[in-house]
Amino acid sequence: MEPSGAEATTASPRPPGTATGGAASRRQRVLESDIYHSFRSSPATVAAAVVTTLAVLGAVLAPLIAPHTPFEPVTLSLSDAFLPPAWIEGGRPEFLLGTDGQGRDILSAILYGARISLLVGFCAVAFAVIIGVALGLVAGYFGGVVDGVIMRIADVQLTFPAILVALLVDGLVRAVLPRDLHADIALFVVVFAIGISTWVQYARTVRGSTMVEKSKEYVQAAQVTGLPPALIVARHVLPNVLGPVLVIATIGLALAIIIEATLSFLGLGLSATEASLGTLIRIGNDFLFSGEWWITIFPSAALIVIVLSVNIVGDWLRDVLNPKLR
Amino acid sequence: MPLLAVEDLRVEFPSRRGAVVAVERMSLQVEPGEILGVVGESGAGKSTIGNAILGLLEPPGEVTGGRMRLDGRDLGALAEVERKKLRGGRIGMIFQDPLTSLNPLYTVGRQLVETIRTHLGLTESEAEARAIHLLDQVGIEEPRVRLRHYPHQFSGGMRQRVVIALALCADPELLIADEPTTALDVSIQAQILDLIRDLCRERRLGVILITHNMGVIADVTDRVSVMYRGRLVESGPTEEVLGAPRHPYTKSLIGAIPRPDVKVARFPTIGYVEDADADGDAGPEPSSESVSLRDGWFERRWGVPSDDLPSDGGPLVEVDGVSMDFLIVRSMLRWRRRMFTAVDAVSFSIRPGEVFGLVGESGSGKSTIARIITGIYRPTGGRVAFAGNALTTIRDPRRLRRFRQQMQMIFQDPYASLNPRMRVRDIVAEPVRFHGLTESRTETEAIVGDLLERVGLERGAAVRFPHEFSGGQRQRISIARALATGPRFLICDEPTSALDVSIQAQILNLLKDLQEEMGLTMLFISHDLPVIRQMCDRIGVMRHGRLVEVAESEDLFERPRHEYTRTLLDLMPKLEILSREGLDVGIG
Repeated sequence: MEPSGAEATTASPRPPGTATGGAASRRQRVLESDIYHSFRSSPATVAAAVVTTLAVLGAVLAPLIAPHTPFEPVTLSLSDAFLPPAWIEGGRPEFLLGTDGQGRDILSAILYGARISLLVGFCAVAFAVIIGVALGLVAGYFGGVVDGVIMRIADVQLTFPAILVALLVDGLVRAVLPRDLHADIALFVVVFAIGISTWVQYARTVRGSTMVEKSKEYVQAAQVTGLPPALIVARHVLPNVLGPVLVIATIGLALAIIIEATLSFLGLGLSATEASLGTLIRIGNDFLFSGEWWITIFPSAALIVIVLSVNIVGDWLRDVLNPKLR
Repeated sequence: MPLLAVEDLRVEFPSRRGAVVAVERMSLQVEPGEILGVVGESGAGKSTIGNAILGLLEPPGEVTGGRMRLDGRDLGALAEVERKKLRGGRIGMIFQDPLTSLNPLYTVGRQLVETIRTHLGLTESEAEARAIHLLDQVGIEEPRVRLRHYPHQFSGGMRQRVVIALALCADPELLIADEPTTALDVSIQAQILDLIRDLCRERRLGVILITHNMGVIADVTDRVSVMYRGRLVESGPTEEVLGAPRHPYTKSLIGAIPRPDVKVARFPTIGYVEDADADGDAGPEPSSESVSLRDGWFERRWGVPSDDLPSDGGPLVEVDGVSMDFLIVRSMLRWRRRMFTAVDAVSFSIRPGEVFGLVGESGSGKSTIARIITGIYRPTGGRVAFAGNALTTIRDPRRLRRFRQQMQMIFQDPYASLNPRMRVRDIVAEPVRFHGLTESRTETEAIVGDLLERVGLERGAAVRFPHEFSGGQRQRISIARALATGPRFLICDEPTSALDVSIQAQILNLLKDLQEEMGLTMLFISHDLPVIRQMCDRIGVMRHGRLVEVAESEDLFERPRHEYTRTLLDLMPKLEILSREGLDVGIG
């Protein structure tokens, strides 16, 4: 009941009544906040955040900043094939990171590939979050049989590795749908497959926090007012359980990008005309031992850098938002 | 030479925004065989002193000045290894929560034996003999058997006894007890305090008893130090300080304690403020007459339809044979399920305009009843009626909603009862919006502003978030929310038990005023008998889920009929030694 003296004294000097909105004061509040301070004092996090931002920008602006359009057959010329990176003898300055067997510029291919990878990653995470959060809220708030059924399904799901579930879904959809549809819906299939194989951890986390929040008195106050359960869950419980979800989602983004790359590497992901980083690595893999290493090494490096920086940002978020670790 | 002498102690918690001084210019002395009480409200720095003596300040806290001497040895000059030996060796400690002070995975015996062997270097069997002796000394029956039990097999009070035994393992000279009875019921509190006092006399122990509870101080301490915002304001023999306080803060602190012996019209509130701007709560009570809910929008809009009123002057709320069982062991098989009866066939009724009190120790089912009446729990049996309508049988949600609107609740924990992600405006306005009580946004906002002002906050509070307010201010927001629908019936579930005594007085005054002004009917739940006496017209006493006695307030206190009621009244701190100067005016 009784807070320790130090806590209470540090809490009290917060001047009441001075925190009114306004752009200038909001900016100041951000700059003075503990979160910003912790961000600034961790160089790895700052670097990772910069890299992540650059990667996202590069991906979004790929059509504007890429020197070539690698998947437009008209612009390709076989005489440009297998050019090494520009700084190696035989390389040409307009193909900075070299070209592949069909004369595609590797740098442009990476920019476009990152675009696909991040798109799939974001969509898959969004899909998994929506399913996971919804089921977790329902399971945690209503409990009983509903909770039992949802969590047993989740348990069963957890016994399969994510990649296996993704392969299964992918295979099933391909078997069921006609062949000429495959290319059009490939993106949705991959997003669905990754989402369906990663929702469990969101559901579990949200269920746990929902059960904690449910027993708090502000939820009971809403019940006393007579609010229907759906409204209580949406208005009161949901905003209070989203913190941990944000953290898992960031790390989940890295995971989704890797699963997508794996699927593409195995030839199950997107078609070669919509090459993601995984597809590029697969294509380049064939040339690795014939000396054209740049075709696979640069996309791999790009993948590693993106996943690593997203992970570092996610780790930092987890630490900074977890009051127990502070 | 005193056993412990603290001189001019200063403790700081450095942070990026400059150091926070938790304790400054603090001096105290403890003699062998003496209990020194350290009392103050939350944030006064009393726990920090205990931790500084033990060398257990939470980082980044540090001692930045002064001296602490145990038997003449300077504690500040000792190496960490030496300090460690002192802790549990010459200095024993007892913390608030007996559950977290013991390791749940080891038997009580193992924890005792381990501690004894670490500090005294005895053999296994010698240590066990000593452990048995210690358990016996702290009043645990069959110590030989209990030695092999795990902490969860002990009740709260017994667990605190084990913690005390643990603190005594190495025959300490000084015992630091930080809120040792705050988590316990009154009956157990009395036993633990007796035990500490006896041990202190028998073993010539020096004891520092840190607490916020004046009753505890009055009961057991020999001398007392009163702290306010990290400073010592007054110290001396307990009877002198409590009986004839000299410092204005001590005077107002004592004045704010609810009187157990006689009912007063209003609670005296703490008037002493050193620098008022630091904490809105400590300031003079905000004027509450500026907005009247009686003839404002409240009456205009929510004049209750008369067909709902009990026409014959009957009770507003009836609780009739209500029972509630909780499932504690789940199973598919009916015969393997185990139930816990939290409320057992309880019946009472509340007349319109009456304040009905429910009093009882923890686990007696008081809060469960509140939650059954408001519909959070559905009772296993029995009937709840509001203005003659049996709520438990109404299935039509629209009809039920109309009754919900007239029934609101104020909760115990001001930190958990407000949604941290919502602005105060939305928190207070939610019931108004949900029940569709206003026609426009501006009207809703005007109402929220009026409500906030009425409960003693600024109108500007509406745009802020709950974490920007102190505990007492949050409880005011809670009250504003509860009043927003213009209820006729208000349930207060331990509304002040998480608050400091000075703030408690303000909140209770506010509730009293509102009750009179709006003609509210109230169910007031508390474990604190003096508070119940001050607030209620009629009182029900609960024990183990049953209602053992219902009586008019004065009758219950002057002529208790049930044996349990008498026990509770006996355990109530008498506080006879407290100064009552200048407080007699309000008695009515």
